[in-house]
Amino acid sequence: MINFMQITKDTVKYVAALARIELKEEELARLSGQLEGILNFIDKLKEADVSQVSPTSHILTVNNVLRKDELKTSLKPEKVLNNAPHKEGTSFVVPKVI
Amino acid sequence: MSCQKLYKFSAHQLREKLNSREIKSEDILLSLSERIRETESKVKAYVRLNGQNLKFSSQTPAKTDGLLNGIPISIKDNICTEGMPTECCSKILQGFNPPYDATVIRKLKEAGALILETKLNMDEFAFGSSTENSFFGVTHNPWNLACVPGGSSGGSAAAVAADEAIAALGSDTGGSIRQPASFCGVVGLKPTYGRVSRYGLIAFASSLDQIGPLTKDVRDCALVMNVISGYDPMDSTSVNMAVPDYTASLGKDIRGMKFAIPKEYFVEGMDPEIKNIFSEALEQIKKLGATYQEVSLPNTKYAVPVYYIVATAEASSNLSRFDGVQYGLRIGDRGQVAGDRGQSAENRLIDMYNKTRGEGFGEEAKRRIILGTFSLSHGYYDAYYLRALKVRTLIKNDFDAVFKDFDAILAPVSPTAAFKIGEKASDPLKMYLSDIYTISANLAGIPAISVPGGFTKGKLPVGLQILAKPFAEEVIFQVASAYEQATPWYNEEPKL
Amino acid sequence: MNYEPVIGLEVHVQIKTKSKAFCGCSTEFGAEPNSQVCPVCLGFPGSLPVLNASFLDAAIKVAVALGCQVQEFTKFDRKHYFYPDLPKNYQISQYDLPLALNGFVDIELESGAKRIRVKRVHLEEDAGKLIHADKMSLVDFNRTGMPLLEIVSEPDLYSPQEAYEYLNNLKSILSYLDISDCDMEKGSLRCDANISVRPKGEEKLGIKSELKNLNSFRAVRDSLTYEIERQVGALGVGEKIIQETRLWDDKESKTYSMRSKGEAKDYRYFPDPDLPPFIIKFSKVDEIRKALPELPKEKQVRLMRDFGLSEYDAGILVFSKKDAEYSEDCMRKYPKENKKQVANLLIGPLLSEANNRNCRLVGLDLSAENLLELIDYVDSNKISHLTAKIVLTEMIDTKKKASVIIQEKNLVQISDTSSLNISIEEVIKENDKSVQDFKNGKENALMFLVGQVMKKTKGKANPKILQELLRGRLKDA
Repeated sequence: MINFMQITKDTVKYVAALARIELKEEELARLSGQLEGILNFIDKLKEADVSQVSPTSHILTVNNVLRKDELKTSLKPEKVLNNAPHKEGTSFVVPKVI
Repeated sequence: MSCQKLYKFSAHQLREKLNSREIKSEDILLSLSERIRETESKVKAYVRLNGQNLKFSSQTPAKTDGLLNGIPISIKDNICTEGMPTECCSKILQGFNPPYDATVIRKLKEAGALILETKLNMDEFAFGSSTENSFFGVTHNPWNLACVPGGSSGGSAAAVAADEAIAALGSDTGGSIRQPASFCGVVGLKPTYGRVSRYGLIAFASSLDQIGPLTKDVRDCALVMNVISGYDPMDSTSVNMAVPDYTASLGKDIRGMKFAIPKEYFVEGMDPEIKNIFSEALEQIKKLGATYQEVSLPNTKYAVPVYYIVATAEASSNLSRFDGVQYGLRIGDRGQVAGDRGQSAENRLIDMYNKTRGEGFGEEAKRRIILGTFSLSHGYYDAYYLRALKVRTLIKNDFDAVFKDFDAILAPVSPTAAFKIGEKASDPLKMYLSDIYTISANLAGIPAISVPGGFTKGKLPVGLQILAKPFAEEVIFQVASAYEQATPWYNEEPKL
Repeated sequence: MNYEPVIGLEVHVQIKTKSKAFCGCSTEFGAEPNSQVCPVCLGFPGSLPVLNASFLDAAIKVAVALGCQVQEFTKFDRKHYFYPDLPKNYQISQYDLPLALNGFVDIELESGAKRIRVKRVHLEEDAGKLIHADKMSLVDFNRTGMPLLEIVSEPDLYSPQEAYEYLNNLKSILSYLDISDCDMEKGSLRCDANISVRPKGEEKLGIKSELKNLNSFRAVRDSLTYEIERQVGALGVGEKIIQETRLWDDKESKTYSMRSKGEAKDYRYFPDPDLPPFIIKFSKVDEIRKALPELPKEKQVRLMRDFGLSEYDAGILVFSKKDAEYSEDCMRKYPKENKKQVANLLIGPLLSEANNRNCRLVGLDLSAENLLELIDYVDSNKISHLTAKIVLTEMIDTKKKASVIIQEKNLVQISDTSSLNISIEEVIKENDKSVQDFKNGKENALMFLVGQVMKKTKGKANPKILQELLRGRLKDA
């Protein structure tokens, strides 16, 4: 029999990796416990009868929101890079990829 | 000049004084600054104050006839203000200085308001109901400093309650304006979804978020709504509908109006004091000539689970952008030599993301991101996210049905009054459950207000919630105003 | 064991609207890094997208031109992955309800026409550019938020050549619509290929590789050729094909595995809550359909009908819209009814010149009038086809008119029989052996003699007339 807690811990690890968040070991343990409780609670949703409804991803009944193909003033590079942790010229710098 | 205690007044009262030239706007700013210096060490409503002089977007308004001319407005730390730090009270956004103003800020400025540069404390990224999750520390409830002010707009509510702000803006995704308004004895409105532009609001849950006012009285709330509401071409989810003069709804009687009371809200474990206060409020409503009746919102029991899937899923997506590349905190690598620590290039990048986000996000933020990512992940999407969206439809349908026969819904705001700091912090689920009365309005996209409704024996404020159908803020103001004027609550002040 | 390849192509087209997909920043190519950006395309906190109406219109145009069914209800979804060139770490794209489905692109093979099905067409935003420096990478977000259409084919392509034809025809159609520069070098047209092999006759698909870094149609064809060999070779020695992404190295002419350890891609698609859905009325699609320009296939059929061209000839001429218009102009202005002369010149020497100079026919800057003047010389037997080719090159190089060049170089050919006869007599006298050879049955000798007369006349003899005269004369010799 699979230990439910164990699954949740591995799941949390996997999900944290997807979300690019490094968790310390004790965080991982704590979160797993809490999430298990939360998910158990959320499982209540299984009881609802959703056979007659479609999902609501947009609460408004608005459609076809469009803008005209017009140019607007862009930001000046100084403003763009104002908050950059690391920049060179007018580019952002990141660890080399590939 | 400073003995005038101008900070005590509401915005509309100050407007009158400014119009009659009794005072100048600089007088207000001075008075407010003094008040903040006086009380802030106890309340801690603001962040990054650093003992500096308080700065406003300008000392004098550009125009002379704006609706909020000369009135200082304080802003929650998740609304972008150009040139002023906006950090969502999170370590990961430290130092972030937006290169643009949120639309609501632009509108406030156009109406002559003076924006206070120092922002109001909040739960990090609006994740929380107590303002205990801020990178900058806890805000204290002015009515009882050992208690939370509520959240996530705790700083906004506490500042208004303590007269450290004439009026404030907050945001509400699951109750974050209404619940702190209730805990702090001020007025707080969550507008209809799409009524107020979200452009410039750092997103938590895009389909639930709304910016709204926290004010000393209902008139101020209507006044601020007149300014900040309206269609914004920069926000695809803002609705192109005319904005009525909300102040025209004030002072009307509510004789003959019919109100609905959701029976599912009166559950076990509800604080008996809250129940009593609510019953007394209903009596008052009756005295004003309106009637009320019990109704059912049968899918109420699913509201919290639906919310915690939908909101966290959207949040996990919206917060993906915080990665140390363009702004905020960056840990792990500043772009140096590849292979330093024997890592591959790809690993160094992932490392930067992992460490930045691991350290930059607080625990509640991490919890919600993980929960949200899980709900959207392969294999769980249908059972969790998709299902939650369907149940959301059921919840919305419940409200639609009730509003066919009733003018508004009356309800409590929270199952308890303000709790002690630290009391719920270790049990996230307990905290989530306390959102039960406010969450549904966000899921259904309807407007809802919290107005002061009474006090507990311990002299903690308790709010009364009024909900109406989409774009019926006028009804809300009408009812809120009538109730406010018939009760003594709004005259009470915390002793600081 | 005989294997057959199965290929599917994903083409990304950058749409040349004035402003980006979801904001008002310029789409101009080549600006200083991070100078064409705003809070929206930078994904700054608090920013929100609003769809560019012209982008949607262009997408519908493409969908209709490819014979797709434009969906009545379409929406945007968020596609999540972390990468420095993706500011929000999600891309606004379309997942389960794309704009259009079930179209096609027809290609011509030796065996006949083949219809390649287009599975779907959807809208999405582009990512930024990463420039790799010595010890770090630099990010330029000018390209983020540019409007992209993704066109996905079914795995109906069964050879690298088919893939090449598909791309050419697709590009042709897209350029007719004038919604993109379709320039692979500038990145406004990109292609990824999916390829697997399976035993001949097998229905089930094999494990596929995804090929990236294909910077030209030729690279697509070559990489597929290489990959087929690699996969067949691997299977031949009992290896298993792994589903992976492989990069094409053009210099080495090889594909390399881009295998990264870690999770399979989980993009966590969900409907973008910031963008309400779109309902596309039939009337809108119809309006766009009616306003479509004449497409390559239609033009081809029409040129065949109006000018009596063969399917093949017409096909070549319609490949580029501007060239097609130029060619049609030339043929209309040509006074004779039989347009073969013009067509041949266009498809043959003129196209050749264009290819040599790496440009279009219109890029040669040769007016219809000037071209027709040259043709007139040929038609009236004043110069030979061979001479015409030479004059043509000169016309393009110097921009001089045909008449001027022919005059200057004294190229008018000799058709006058009496002067030809003189040269013929001389050659017969001087080449007795060849004359005898011809009389003994050696046809080649005639050509040799023709050559000799040509030499004498400095190439100006009218070859047709010369041959006739020579043959006739030799009979009597």
